Amino acid sequence: MEYGLDLEYSFNEFLKGFGLSSEIAHIIWLPLPMLLVLVAAVVGVLVTVWLERKISAAAQQRIGPEYAGALGVLQPIADGLKLLVKEDIIPAKADGILFTAGPILVLVPVILSWLIVPFGQNLLISNVGIGIFLWIALSSIQPIGLLMSGYASNNKYSLLGGLRAAAQSISYEIPLALSVLAIVLMTNSLSTVDIVNQQSGAGILSWNIWRQPVGFVVFWICALAECERLPFDLPEAEEELVAGYQTEYAGMKFALFYLGSYINLILSALLVSILYLGGWGFPIPVELIAKFLNLPINAPFIQVFTASIGIVMTVLKAYLLVFIAILLRWTTPRVRIDQLLDLGWKFLLPISLANLLITAGLKLAFPQFFGG
Amino acid sequence: MSIAITTQFICFTVLSLVVIIGALGVVLLESIVYSAFLLGGVFMSVAGLYLLLNASFVAAAQVLVYVGAVNVLIIFAIMLVNKKEDLKPINDIKSRRVISTSICLTLLSLLIRVDLTNVWSLSSPQNAIGEESTIRIGEHLFSDYLLPFEVASVLLLMAMIGAIVLARRDVMSKDISTGLPVDQELIEKSSEPLLTNKN
Repeated sequence: MEYGLDLEYSFNEFLKGFGLSSEIAHIIWLPLPMLLVLVAAVVGVLVTVWLERKISAAAQQRIGPEYAGALGVLQPIADGLKLLVKEDIIPAKADGILFTAGPILVLVPVILSWLIVPFGQNLLISNVGIGIFLWIALSSIQPIGLLMSGYASNNKYSLLGGLRAAAQSISYEIPLALSVLAIVLMTNSLSTVDIVNQQSGAGILSWNIWRQPVGFVVFWICALAECERLPFDLPEAEEELVAGYQTEYAGMKFALFYLGSYINLILSALLVSILYLGGWGFPIPVELIAKFLNLPINAPFIQVFTASIGIVMTVLKAYLLVFIAILLRWTTPRVRIDQLLDLGWKFLLPISLANLLITAGLKLAFPQFFGG
Repeated sequence: MSIAITTQFICFTVLSLVVIIGALGVVLLESIVYSAFLLGGVFMSVAGLYLLLNASFVAAAQVLVYVGAVNVLIIFAIMLVNKKEDLKPINDIKSRRVISTSICLTLLSLLIRVDLTNVWSLSSPQNAIGEESTIRIGEHLFSDYLLPFEVASVLLLMAMIGAIVLARRDVMSKDISTGLPVDQELIEKSSEPLLTNKN
């Protein structure tokens, strides 16, 4: 399965052509994919914000943003610019250091998690061996940032919001990790690239969603809860807590929270598509298409074609899930805090444990279908 | 020095400094909230040291367990009972500080002695398992370390049952901290209101 574009190799060879050593070439290469992914994440946020405005408008039979660019596509950029030039306020009785560190601690783990999101066989920043486990570990840092900003604001609504956020993410992390564990059990690897390759055998039929339907639903619910999207947006429930831990924030610090929550949403959608919907895989295997066209799989044309199909498929699947998340946000009411914790601990946790057990049993019984 | 070794050296220096200064801050700072957050920073830097040692699984587990669970619970507990009141002054605080400092220094000298006298046998880089370590840890947990692993889970179960007994006071007719009879209708009601007289 080791084919596909290897841009790093080609780039390094290109630089070595100018007489640079391989170490210098590597150092010049390193920031490029990171910058690219950062830009991709921010552009993804802009698109999602626009989608959110447009879809919410459609759900409420409004028009939504209309004048800033065609169909209002420039509206999110206007929002961002506004936040950039707004005054940076730290409340007089707030704790300045923690107040500033909070939003950073929320945003950085989310961006770091993009390290493991693959858009193709070699199209990811780093194929680390612990892959998906790194994401689970990083996402567990976020509650500290939320508690920090909730505490530092010196505001009871902020503190309550921060406490709720921490309780929520601790409760939903466990079923989330258990449903990922079922996938890892089938793949025999934690690496996201291996997880996608394991699903690429027979196109749409071999996607994990058919083998892990329960895991898929549990993971999606937990991912929404981790992103604090509406059925579970208790930490910032407007009617009860003003805006939760964000209440005292303005300007760029608020923008960091805003960016963090949307990047997290896109990241969760990407991970659902990687874990359950075949990642960069096309519904019909590319090998079949290549055979049909009588082209060798390693031909340059086919390689560029597969790489672009891979990126398009990953983004398309992720945005379908983002669309569902936005529709859910504008059509479902909020759950209460006790319902939220009940759902997490008394329903999702036993179900995901049972799912893990059944997956392990099925793996022993039918190793050819559930990974040997 | 090659670039890789220089990077490694810089990372090691920064991480060790953060660990030492952070740990001192955890102990010496007056504010318990700052101590708790610094503790999280120390745990993160230890995870960074594990990463430098090529133990990525251990590093991620360190972040998940110590930062994501232990530290979050510590901060959570501090914030739930964060009453703005001055603690009662302790009479012999100076002698207590002297005693605890001397005990800590003794322990430190013991550790330094162990470090200096022990012959550390390092495996050569060729034998490093790197990414294989996840599999190797799993194998050990289910073979020669099976008993400690299972005993640890029993210990956790005991702690969990204890926590549930403490939290659900309807199990007992008397409040164990105050000795007053428990109001059975309001099980969630704490014996003291949590968020009063905040200012």
